[in-house]
Amino acid sequence: MNLTTEKIGNTIVINLNEERLDAHNSSNLKSEVQRIFEEGNKDLLINLINVRFIDSSGLGALVSGFKNATANQGTLKLSSLQPQVKSMFELTRLHRVFEIFPTVAEALG
Amino acid sequence: MQQRGIELEIKVPNETRYLSLIGRIGEDIAHEIDRFSGDRETLAYQLNLVLTEAMTNAIKYGNPDDRDDSVHISINIQEISLFIRIYDCGQGFDINGIPPPDFEKLEDCGRGIFLIKSLMDSVTYERKKSGNILEMIKRLR
Repeated sequence: MNLTTEKIGNTIVINLNEERLDAHNSSNLKSEVQRIFEEGNKDLLINLINVRFIDSSGLGALVSGFKNATANQGTLKLSSLQPQVKSMFELTRLHRVFEIFPTVAEALG
Repeated sequence: MQQRGIELEIKVPNETRYLSLIGRIGEDIAHEIDRFSGDRETLAYQLNLVLTEAMTNAIKYGNPDDRDDSVHISINIQEISLFIRIYDCGQGFDINGIPPPDFEKLEDCGRGIFLIKSLMDSVTYERKKSGNILEMIKRLR
């Protein structure tokens, strides 16, 4: 999976450089998030600006990350959702679960 | 001139790397059909999604004995409806017996069939000895 991570303040930001988050690559994201929390990081932000398609496996990987954050007394936030991606969160009611921000700057602000 | 019906028969290896190819075909169809007055971008996403979800299920559960290493999909566009059929050789399941996800519980999985049912007008799953068929119908309004 094509992604980059950077540390801004105390937050690890994952920039997903994939058009699709689906059953083909979602397990890679799940492992990466788990690794980041296992390294002792507490706050994670996933920037979805390049993701124009997400399926149930992609949503599942993010839910897994959210549960991982909670188990580690940390946070997992999302930013920069494209409209169709956002509609999937609304359809599955996951927009009530995640803290979702319009931009990375606002998520970190 | 009125558009004639479109029929596509697709066979792809049962590997997740081909999900994006199948999804793109769904998107292209949404932009190609004549008789649709709704939002084409939304329809494109919906067809991409239901094809992706259905193919993922066929890869995961549809070929337990490695009887067939490909996924067979047929897409048929008629005057007012679009039919998608996905064939599998698994033990099958009762599509009406799958409950909607519990929105209060945070599960990692179990949203695929819910998404398909939410976005299509009719979804049936027929179990046959010769193979199972998931049929999804979208009315083109």
